[in-house]
Amino acid sequence: MSSVKQILLTPLFENNPIALQILGVCSALAVTTQLSVTLVMCIALTTVTAFSNLFISLIRNHMPSSIRIIVQMTIIASLVIAVDQFLQAFAYEISKNLSVFVGLIITNCIVMGRAEAFAMKNPPGLSFLDGIGNGMGYSLVLIVVASIRELFGSGSLLGFQVLPLIENGGWYQANGLMLLSPSAFFIIGFFIWALRSVKKDQVETREFRMASRSTQDGAF
Amino acid sequence: MSSKDSTKRTLIVAFSLCVVCSIVVSGTAVILKPMQDANRILDRNKNILIAAGLFDPQQDGNELVAERFSQFSTYVIDLNAQRVLDVQQLEELQIDIDVYDQRLVINDPKYSEALERQEDVANIRRRVIYPMIYVVAEDEEIETIVVPVSGYGLWGILYGFLALEGDANTVKGLAFYELKETPGLGAEVRNPRWTALWPGKKIYDEAGEVGLRVIKGQGSGDYQIDGLSGATLTSRGVDNLIQYWLGDDAYGPILAQLRETGL
Repeated sequence: MSSVKQILLTPLFENNPIALQILGVCSALAVTTQLSVTLVMCIALTTVTAFSNLFISLIRNHMPSSIRIIVQMTIIASLVIAVDQFLQAFAYEISKNLSVFVGLIITNCIVMGRAEAFAMKNPPGLSFLDGIGNGMGYSLVLIVVASIRELFGSGSLLGFQVLPLIENGGWYQANGLMLLSPSAFFIIGFFIWALRSVKKDQVETREFRMASRSTQDGAF
Repeated sequence: MSSKDSTKRTLIVAFSLCVVCSIVVSGTAVILKPMQDANRILDRNKNILIAAGLFDPQQDGNELVAERFSQFSTYVIDLNAQRVLDVQQLEELQIDIDVYDQRLVINDPKYSEALERQEDVANIRRRVIYPMIYVVAEDEEIETIVVPVSGYGLWGILYGFLALEGDANTVKGLAFYELKETPGLGAEVRNPRWTALWPGKKIYDEAGEVGLRVIKGQGSGDYQIDGLSGATLTSRGVDNLIQYWLGDDAYGPILAQLRETGL
């Protein structure tokens, strides 16, 4: 596989930021009740990750290591504010729904994580693609979670009614749990389980083993 | 120590980064501000129309908003003095009706005030003293009055508009345009099937008190509305905001004035 393709595609399944690196889970819980809101959040995060990687990589050789993290944060924060302003100007309804979560991209661990782990060591072009790739990996999980939550929580997808609700004269009783944040935890958990069943190398080795009673007794 | 880690270099990088980033941030904010303001006003006007039953967000496009909103006249009222402000008073308060946004002055002590715990029925802590109301009138005859309302639900404050018939007593509609309630539960206050329960209900009983209630279970008669199932606290929040905003401390006296003497 060529390196470009590899950088773009490995974050989808091989090295997914949410499923393997377990980063950015907080926003995955908060913005996944409606698919349309999730899509905008995914685009926003992918844009921010890609451009922050690009700019950080561009100045990586001039960046004094003592203020490295602050420089990264400043670039990321500026980009997030710019994205938020664009959303308010061009997608007002959705920016209202996302409210505080666009601002919270600043603290999203994926953005910082990729800046520090990849953009600081690689040329701008590849860093940009790495940002897109990781944004897509994040988006993949979020879209799966949001589709399940919106479908079973409100019987619709992208706002179109798929399962007619009892309240509206249909047959489907909406699952209230799906609308609450904990359900995203369960779905992400199942997603990781499924992924690691297929790709066994992602299963972490145990850091320790429970000592059996006899050895414990022997130790004392 | 390599040259890029010298103190001088560090200061130069930090300074130039600050300059570049502040230009980017302030640039986007300034350039996009007119569009954002236009969006905010469009959204507000659209929700006023939705409350008044003049706009169906499922069918009508945003391009219809301006034309339909043009029949409304906007007034600023003074909740403490209980009167509609005239041009001169607006000037004294430096309120330009075209750009005035009551949501933006909520923390400005010149235009808003803190509420005492016991009078704060809707749990909003502060209120704007000079809210805007929207009126449709034909030949001095008032047809529709739309007032902004707000109140705390489960997760945050709900903001919306309540539309009344010309008698300032019969509900024409209710539309919330901003809320943090749980989607599918509390956020169902925006479901057209629930807001359809409102038109035709009466607000004031024979004694002139606010009689309209959001209750648990099947509402009946002119003064009761079914609460949302699974959203007790949101329903209570809506009930509270009706009690507060239509009561004597807020729009009650102004509405009575409009009912008796017109504009």
